[in-house]
Amino acid sequence: MSAPASATPLAPVVERTTPASRAGAVASVVLLAALIALPWVGTSGTMRMVVELIALLVLAQMWNLLAGYAGLVSIGQQAYVGLGGYALIVLADDLGVNPFLAVPLAGVVAVAVALPTAVLVFRFRGGYFAVGTWAVAEVYRLLVANTDALGRGTGRTLKAVFPLARETRELGTYAIALGIGLAALAAMYVYLRSRQGLGLMAIRDSEPASESLGIDVFRTKLTVYLIAAFGTGVTGALIYLNLLRISPDAAFSISWTAYTIFIVVIGGLGTLEGPIVGTLLFFFLREILSEYGAWYMILLGVLAIVAMLRFPQGLWGLVAERWGLDVFPVRRRVRAPR
Amino acid sequence: MSLLSVRELSAFYGDFQALFGVSLEVAAGELVAVIGANGAGKTTLLRALAGAVPGARGAVELEGRSVAGLPAEVLVGLGLVLVPEGRKIFPSLTVEENLRVGAYRGRPGPWSLARVQRLFPILAARRREPGTNLSGGEQQMLAIGRGLMANPRLLLVDEISLGLAPLMVKRLYEALTAIRAEGTTLIVVEQDVSQVLAVAERVYCLRKGAVSLEGVPARLGRAQLAGAYFGT
Amino acid sequence: MAWVDAVVQGVLLGGLYALFATGLSLIFGVMRLVNLAHGDFSILAAFLAAAAVAVWSLNPLLALALVVPLMAALGYGLQWLVLDRLLGRGVLPAVLVTFGFSVIIQNGLLEAFSADSRRLNPGGIETASLSLGGGLAVGWFPLLTFAVAVLLLGGLQLLIGHTAIGRAFRATSDDPAAAALMGIDNRRLHGLAMALSLAIVAVAGIFLGIRTTFTFGSGPDRLLFAFEAVIIGGLGSLWGTLVGGVVLGVAQTVGAKLSPGWGILTGHLVFLAVLLLRPSGLFSPKRRVDA
Repeated sequence: MSAPASATPLAPVVERTTPASRAGAVASVVLLAALIALPWVGTSGTMRMVVELIALLVLAQMWNLLAGYAGLVSIGQQAYVGLGGYALIVLADDLGVNPFLAVPLAGVVAVAVALPTAVLVFRFRGGYFAVGTWAVAEVYRLLVANTDALGRGTGRTLKAVFPLARETRELGTYAIALGIGLAALAAMYVYLRSRQGLGLMAIRDSEPASESLGIDVFRTKLTVYLIAAFGTGVTGALIYLNLLRISPDAAFSISWTAYTIFIVVIGGLGTLEGPIVGTLLFFFLREILSEYGAWYMILLGVLAIVAMLRFPQGLWGLVAERWGLDVFPVRRRVRAPR
Repeated sequence: MSLLSVRELSAFYGDFQALFGVSLEVAAGELVAVIGANGAGKTTLLRALAGAVPGARGAVELEGRSVAGLPAEVLVGLGLVLVPEGRKIFPSLTVEENLRVGAYRGRPGPWSLARVQRLFPILAARRREPGTNLSGGEQQMLAIGRGLMANPRLLLVDEISLGLAPLMVKRLYEALTAIRAEGTTLIVVEQDVSQVLAVAERVYCLRKGAVSLEGVPARLGRAQLAGAYFGT
Repeated sequence: MAWVDAVVQGVLLGGLYALFATGLSLIFGVMRLVNLAHGDFSILAAFLAAAAVAVWSLNPLLALALVVPLMAALGYGLQWLVLDRLLGRGVLPAVLVTFGFSVIIQNGLLEAFSADSRRLNPGGIETASLSLGGGLAVGWFPLLTFAVAVLLLGGLQLLIGHTAIGRAFRATSDDPAAAALMGIDNRRLHGLAMALSLAIVAVAGIFLGIRTTFTFGSGPDRLLFAFEAVIIGGLGSLWGTLVGGVVLGVAQTVGAKLSPGWGILTGHLVFLAVLLLRPSGLFSPKRRVDA
């Protein structure tokens, strides 16, 4: 198995784009055009649904970043959904900030809380990290539910948007949603293709090996945790900009985590395309099974378990493996020079 | 009939092949040595025989009965016991508990806690201490004693002299002789060639995962051994 | 006096929490597995007991004899068929699958038993109280719960410290590969650990159901309190789990005395304080909080 002697070895070529990614780029442009046109051709209900879909997609991408790329399995991200939502209300209603501007600002609030939170939860590892994140989310929920200024258990309504005409509010919300969705995807794509992103995937694959290569594991994990908190907080604000009414039990509900976990696991963990597939499937199932209530959740649970046992690469992973697809390529292929 | 008969044993760790069609025979009551350089596959061979390498293929018969593919815990019940490389003493158990856990399968035989403690008195003296408190040589005694508690028909011993002082190694080999006297068959893997060849009836030399030499130590010359060992 | 009363109630509540925590601690110690559906299994047991009571007019305490073995068998089966495959595959699979169990159990209970809250009625013992003098009274049932917790913990401690199975548990926990070389069947042992865990948590669930009302969604809070009790007490110590439960219980009852909505929150804050100041817990023999 020794290499044949050769005069001068040629350097291998590292490349990232594939035929599928080029096709994917085209499809994305078409889809984007359709989405931009929607307010003029679609109904208010469709717009609300797209906002909801984008919100879940971004939540899923954030969880995917945490668990699929950084190996941080959190079941407490709902903390930032709630914090983002309440930050929106406080910023817009109490502090007079423009409600649309308050959405990204809510993300900043989420990060501010995420920093001390990380100090606590990073003391745990593995399965206990998961429970720890959830315990912390519960603490935030209870703190909010016990605060008069935040409406206690009954919650609050977003009043800052009342002066706006309904179409304006809906269009504004929709536009922000599109912006957030695009920004999240773009940011993930850029980050994962970067050196830091490569370092992240190295950590996921082997922490000790990464450390021996000089990668600062703690710093990288913290950065990812903060990024995810930001993205989740912004999305929380978006969700409640769309819903207008917030309460602690709904905003800090573990259901947010349940949905995102199922979306990511069934769609495909550790890929950019997986959460997209998962979200679409999630919505599709919800539409056809909506009157079955609890059975729908049971089905999701069973699907997620089966996926984890048999198809850990998820639906997208199955498809990608079969046909060698890579629509949003973040890996680098090594090709022998021609 | 041989106690152990191995034909064309190959072992893989994922895609990496560590053993290439190894064949060997061990008669009841023998002490067979397996020597070879680092990475030659000696430990893999013992582990594969003990059922600890899932990617192993080939025919293995213990007392005429096919045992290939059986997991380690079942093989212990059949009398095939491995004293692993690195000793693997359980830190959460005391010295005595480490010995007792060796008897988990409850196989009948000459070895009991008292008997093992007579063979290695230090294990009685320090029986209540955590197993990992012992020195390297004492842990090796504990590991061997633990293996004996299972009353094996065939005891596989992996690298007992590694990192130990010559006096300790001598004592361990005296213990091996006592174990043989009870009728236990032994396969001993060793880096310290001279020590093991002094007690072994037959020797196999491994090189790059295959058998490079087999024979009776007294009849093998230095040059022959060195050649099989290093591949010169 | 009201404060002493609160503390006593808290201590006894701690017994119940210790019952919840023990099963969690056991499987984590043996297999490094965190069962996110731990609380939900206890509620499942409570509902099964409620069903037994409804169908056969049993006293809930007698229903224990039916439900506990059933839950033990369920635990063994789930470990054997599903969970054991996930060990050694990293954190994510076990977290996800047990989370999936949690969702399935909760929604299954919702479908089967509706959203109504339930209570198990053992016919009076739960309200009977014992006077300790000085105006202080404790309920018989909380006392019984505490006693059962101590008994079960003690029994488990004996099992782990002085039996062959206990040695096998500890060996498997240290080094599963080496344990196999001793003739230990890891899969069977893991099944046994899970069976014990679910059996104990079934007792906890039924005792909870006698003490207070429960619904399909009561599980997650049980997991949370169990987890907090384990962390406060320190990993790797069974008696530490009892202490952790007591500390948590007292924090909750005293907190509730300070302000009605603050009971549970006080417990959480004490948990966070321990995590911040002494992460290895109050009694741990120096182990990292690893899974």
